[in-house]
Amino acid sequence: MRDRTLLRVEALELHYQTRRGAVHAVDGVSFDLCQGEALVVLGESGCGKSSLAKALMRLLPRNVHHTAGRVTLDGVDVTALPDERFRREVRWSRMALVMQASMNALNPVVRVGEQVAEPLRVLRGWPRRKALARAAEVFELVGVSTDFLARYPFELSGGMRQRAVLAMALVAEPALVILDEPTSALDVLTQASIMNALKRVKRELGTSFILITHDVATSSELGDRVALMYAGQFVEVADAARFFTAPAHPYSQMLMASVPRLHQRARPVAIPGEPPSLADPPGGCRYAERCPYRFARCAQDPPSFSLGERHRARCWLHADDNPSGGGA
Amino acid sequence: MTSSPGHQADDDQAPLIAARDLHTWFELRQWGFRRVGAVRAVDGVDFALARGEAVAFVGESGCGKSSLARTLLGLHRPTRGEVRFAGRSLGDLEGRALKAYRAEVGYVQQDPYGALPPFLDVRRILAEPLIVHGVRDRAERERRIRAALEEVRLSPAEAFLGQFPHMLSGGQQQRVVIARALILAPRLLIADEPVSMLDASVRVEILELLRRIQRGRGLTLAFITHDLSTVRHYAERIFVMYAGRVVESAPVDDLLDHPQHPYTQALLAAIADPDAANATRLREVPAGEPPSLLHPPAACRFHPRCPHFMAGLCDVEDPPDFDPRRDHRSACWLHR
Repeated sequence: MRDRTLLRVEALELHYQTRRGAVHAVDGVSFDLCQGEALVVLGESGCGKSSLAKALMRLLPRNVHHTAGRVTLDGVDVTALPDERFRREVRWSRMALVMQASMNALNPVVRVGEQVAEPLRVLRGWPRRKALARAAEVFELVGVSTDFLARYPFELSGGMRQRAVLAMALVAEPALVILDEPTSALDVLTQASIMNALKRVKRELGTSFILITHDVATSSELGDRVALMYAGQFVEVADAARFFTAPAHPYSQMLMASVPRLHQRARPVAIPGEPPSLADPPGGCRYAERCPYRFARCAQDPPSFSLGERHRARCWLHADDNPSGGGA
Repeated sequence: MTSSPGHQADDDQAPLIAARDLHTWFELRQWGFRRVGAVRAVDGVDFALARGEAVAFVGESGCGKSSLARTLLGLHRPTRGEVRFAGRSLGDLEGRALKAYRAEVGYVQQDPYGALPPFLDVRRILAEPLIVHGVRDRAERERRIRAALEEVRLSPAEAFLGQFPHMLSGGQQQRVVIARALILAPRLLIADEPVSMLDASVRVEILELLRRIQRGRGLTLAFITHDLSTVRHYAERIFVMYAGRVVESAPVDDLLDHPQHPYTQALLAAIADPDAANATRLREVPAGEPPSLLHPPAACRFHPRCPHFMAGLCDVEDPPDFDPRRDHRSACWLHR
């Protein structure tokens, strides 16, 4: 089941219009996701990772300047679908999104169970009782007592509300769930137990995940593969085992070295400099300014080089590994 | 260093800052007058920090660590117990002496953008504390502002003096906050989650900066955080807080390598170092959630979630501090 490609993203672009010009939030992102697989999109704030989620879900704000690229879900080009069909057939039922801090976006005057059951009633036209029964099942799956179905959001702790939101995303059994920083506002122990719940869902339902996070440790809790994003682009995509032990891109290596670790006495090393502005991204490699390995070729935009099966890095250092180069 | 009335009764032998039986409760009132209970944010905390020592207070949200910080800053009056700074009780300070105390303590807030007034430029932000504390000479102010910027590595200072907060990156904003905290030459620096709003690659820089300044100036640094993985290199001693109390304290390496209290053990077990194997491993997490500080559990606050709970003891009698290892305290009946 693992080998079937569920999602294919090709040269996705999303630019916003601002007073200072176009902001290249997502700038040529391509990747594949297999069924039952979890891809982590790791990146620092402002790298475009949340915009990527919005572009995939077609939840675009009004100031979009330009979008391009193709998203194929289960063989269907969803970028070509009219909005209304996308809303009815794809969003939430095939592909769901848990937005950042969405636990605080629950309706305060509606019981939690009703809110979790709502997608089934709206999208599938299920009767209330049947939808609530299904909501109860999903509650148990994500580790919330079904007693909470009849409670209001203010009666739930942050961790429980986050689980309720997760249940809401899962209730229509989508093939793909996109999680945007699902635990970053929560405490350490709560985070760990929510990640446990996600692992269970992944194992039991075979759901595919795209987990968006800035936290390297969190990324290793769910990811089969890791995509590191920098200034609107994927700079490296690799299997988690490879990424955490032997990353190929200089940014990946430096990011891993900057993470303080609990069980390691080596001192973390900060990355000097700041990411470039997405309003005016530099020509050539976007990381070049902070990169200790910079050389003449970095003035040109590096394509994404293949370094083996399902491992790509966007860096000229790897040009020799693959003389034929690769597509962007 | 500023000389001020606050220094007069200095006791050089005393710890720089010490808390004894410290309680900070927030009363809840119905209709504005009827007492209906109290949130016990800090509920019996004792410690003493030496001059030049860097410590970390670690705990989850709602454990009282920020209330503790604000009590140490003199922003909350303790409900019971006291804070002594250089041998003098904070409760005795009033007027000029209290103002002088505020110059002795620098505060670094969690959210740098929220901590900086958006309509003031960096020069004015840094001048403010100097003006309030009576540095009249404009040239002297300018000299100290530039020195502070250089110290937090915002150099050349000219490039930053005219900038407004929104023109700076998160890391630069936090450096301005640190410069402001240092400009009156305090002896104690309290940093409340100084890096939790910043990106991974910037965090280490800010932590290194704080530690370098603390060492260079011989400051006492109290660093408050929820993230145990960041403390090893930036503090010498750790205090672990749970539900308003310190449950364990020890030198950093001893605490991280040999945690004694079941809560600390659970906390450490829940933290992942990046490793691909994490994805297939369920973590052991104690059931339940941190208790309400309005109605905390009797006796040991952790007993309802504790895997080693002993009925008739843990839920009846408060555990005192035991010393299961040298210089290592843990408030748990297991060490009896």
